Amino acid sequence: MSNEVIIKNAVKRYGDFTALSDVSLHIREGEFFTLLGPSGCGKTTLLRMIAGFNSIEGGEFYFGSNLINDVPAHKRDIGMVFQNYAIFPHLTVEENVAYGLKARKVPKAEIERRVKEALDLVQILPLKGRKPSELSGGQQQRVALARAFVIEPSVLLMDEPLSNLDAKLRVQMRSIIKKLQRRLGITTIYVTHDQEEALAISDRIAVMNQGKVMQIGTPREIYAKPENPFVAGFIGVSNFLKCDVVSCAGETAKVSIRGELDIDVPVRSAYTGNAQLSARPEQLFFAEKGMPGKVLFSTFLGDFIEYEVELDDGQLLIINEYTKDTTTMHEVGEKVFISFDATRISLYNEAGEVLSK
Amino acid sequence: MTERPRRKIKLDFWFFVKAFVLVALCLFIIYPFYTILTKSIFSDKVEGMTLYNFQRFFTKKYYYRTLIRSLVICSLTTLFACIIGVFIAYVMTRYNIPGKSILHVFIILSLMSPPFIGAYSWIVLLGRNGLITRAITALGLSAPTIYGRNGIVFVFVLHLFPYVYLYTSGAMNSIDSSLEEAAENLGMNKLRRIWTITLPVVLPSILAGCIMVFMTCLADFGTPMLLGEGYTVLPVLVYNEYMSESATNPYMASCLSVVIVACSMILLAVQKLIVEKKNYTMSTLRPPQETKLHGVRRFAASVPVYLVVFLALLPQIVVVCQSFVERSFSGMVQGINLNNYRAILSRLGQNIFNTYAFSLVAIVFIVIFGILISYVLVRKKGKAASVIDTLIMFPYVIPGSVLGIGLIVAFNRKPIVLVGTAAIMIISYIVRKLPYTVRSGSAFLYQMDPSVEEASINLGVSPMKTFFTMTARMMLPGVMSGAVLSWITCINELSSSIMLYSGKTSTIAVAIYQEVVRMSDGTAAALATILSVTTVISMLIVFRATKGKVKIV
Repeated sequence: MSNEVIIKNAVKRYGDFTALSDVSLHIREGEFFTLLGPSGCGKTTLLRMIAGFNSIEGGEFYFGSNLINDVPAHKRDIGMVFQNYAIFPHLTVEENVAYGLKARKVPKAEIERRVKEALDLVQILPLKGRKPSELSGGQQQRVALARAFVIEPSVLLMDEPLSNLDAKLRVQMRSIIKKLQRRLGITTIYVTHDQEEALAISDRIAVMNQGKVMQIGTPREIYAKPENPFVAGFIGVSNFLKCDVVSCAGETAKVSIRGELDIDVPVRSAYTGNAQLSARPEQLFFAEKGMPGKVLFSTFLGDFIEYEVELDDGQLLIINEYTKDTTTMHEVGEKVFISFDATRISLYNEAGEVLSK
Repeated sequence: MTERPRRKIKLDFWFFVKAFVLVALCLFIIYPFYTILTKSIFSDKVEGMTLYNFQRFFTKKYYYRTLIRSLVICSLTTLFACIIGVFIAYVMTRYNIPGKSILHVFIILSLMSPPFIGAYSWIVLLGRNGLITRAITALGLSAPTIYGRNGIVFVFVLHLFPYVYLYTSGAMNSIDSSLEEAAENLGMNKLRRIWTITLPVVLPSILAGCIMVFMTCLADFGTPMLLGEGYTVLPVLVYNEYMSESATNPYMASCLSVVIVACSMILLAVQKLIVEKKNYTMSTLRPPQETKLHGVRRFAASVPVYLVVFLALLPQIVVVCQSFVERSFSGMVQGINLNNYRAILSRLGQNIFNTYAFSLVAIVFIVIFGILISYVLVRKKGKAASVIDTLIMFPYVIPGSVLGIGLIVAFNRKPIVLVGTAAIMIISYIVRKLPYTVRSGSAFLYQMDPSVEEASINLGVSPMKTFFTMTARMMLPGVMSGAVLSWITCINELSSSIMLYSGKTSTIAVAIYQEVVRMSDGTAAALATILSVTTVISMLIVFRATKGKVKIV
């Protein structure tokens, strides 16, 4: 039933434009896997190649041990939830959900039972006789979901399924999808451009940009240890600072930041020369000494205070200070010194490869 | 990585659809027109290829004045149709005219009525022996004549102003009211608001409507034939050159056809320029509000609208009334009865049968091909699709009489002889009326999200089965409204039928024309009533089915 999905060196071109270059993924059985990236990064292209709606120009796609490159879309046994739901407008809720089972020639009594179960799972059983035009966006979403998993597909694909819902409903549906996926154990590939959604829902995430996979990891890994400046900037908020790796002894690099601050960073491999580091707003703090700057703006957000600090050369930093850790607020215009925890920042060489452990 | 992209042609169902449609279009559009083109550069007077025909056309007054006359008629008609159409569109969209929606239906009905019935009815009223003419002369006054240039323009304007009305009111209804409110807020008075905001935004639609009027005028054969008397216009000359009993000259007729098509193509190019360059897309959140008029002002705004709609519908009323009046050969009223209908049933039953049979067969093909072609145009884009797209709209610019001649000269010799058969009539209907259905079908498909089809395929139904059980079925209502328009124009079709009919394949429209020429008013009226009633019923069905949202233009 459920399957692992292996993609080797996938390539997609539109004329001269390369939409996907050499993408390889290994999605484990029963995993909730998310393709995350800005629009145009190739995530939907890849999803549609898996579904069979885009031709595969290069590479190999496997469900388990079966090569599916040349299997037509309707024989791939995939459930898919479309961005706009794609509910069949002329069929009732019940008929929509039964559609895939009828195509599989499932006996009538079993269809009835499975449709009922599916509708019950997404909590819309009372609506089974309605036409799609009589449903709200969230209800249509549930129909689309039920229709996709009722066929017990080997893989479930979701193409930005929550993007048409309002913020509150999005959070609610997100947890319904997550719980359902856990319960059914279907290998799921989920596409979104919303990083918060990806972090909340996924077992693992592949961050994509310009047709390439930038990093694959658990939400925690991707947030805490971004492997390149793109991931650091795309997931959450990061402050980037130019710096110099002055020397490298063993697994510790001596890093000088603008000549104002020297820190020791644990690294994976030896490197000296120009470098770049990224730090989350909550990893920066006000100190007795460090990089000198001036508070430009402060925003009180309840559990934390967000400061915008301008360094001497004009570069801006965002610093979050938790309300529980401090009793005073810094005034706008106040001269401050900024420092950070060297063990939690990310350090990149000139090519954008991660150095820090 | 280094794998080359696979680019082999898929030999699937759609490949065969495209191939078949392309072959059919080449055979029934390109080939006939090519034959006309080649005929036009030959002559029985001169050896070899020659521009003799064109030279004669542009130097002999007998020929070139028809072009001038055609252009004069088209220009005058367009001007007046534009003024009337825009006025009515403005009044109807902005003021509380009583009975608005029924007036709207009446205006569409008058457009869909057979074009030459207008001419015929006005002869009955204002012709030499007309009802009004006789009444006026009995008073000792001289009645205005319906024959000649002014008469043709009068009848054309009443028949065609709905095009301008429909385009313009469509655009006016899509102007968000905040646009005019913004202008008001910025300090513009009402007249200047209309002049600086409303009119410029609506202008492309008005022009599009005007070009429809111009092109229809240019191609129309029935009205100027019946009313022209000595005032011969281009399509009538084409008919005379090709069909006249004295001296038929297919070479000259072909040359004239080329001239007409050239004119229409120029117009179509102009239209593309205007419509594509200057079309504003607006998001209409709040449609414009109508202003409530009261008392005298409401009356004053309504009277002109009612007057125009009444004049536009008058031909239909006259025709229906006339159909029950039995007259002697001298025109004396013999009684009010059904004798006209008895006469046509016994004498012209074949024509009635032919009209419905041919149109029905044509419409079946039109619906099937309409669905398949729309799907190819919208979902299977590519070189073949864009060639089909261009070719399928070509009959829009070819007047019926020209297509008729093209089909005759192309298929009156081996290898394919079709002249005189029912097949050639049906083919001409399909080719000419298919665009309506393809347009409505593809418009519908553009709104339909492809992911609905993908969802079906994804759930395990093959693409072919998905198309037939899901897509085609969902397209049907969209295609149907276009198909009914195709159907109505098929049963009312005259200009190509009159070229292509033979004794056994004559239709109602052809018979009406012949009866009118033969001064047999009663039977013509009875035949015309049959067409009108069929048209009205068909239109009402579309109105019901689409809840009044039918798109004629």
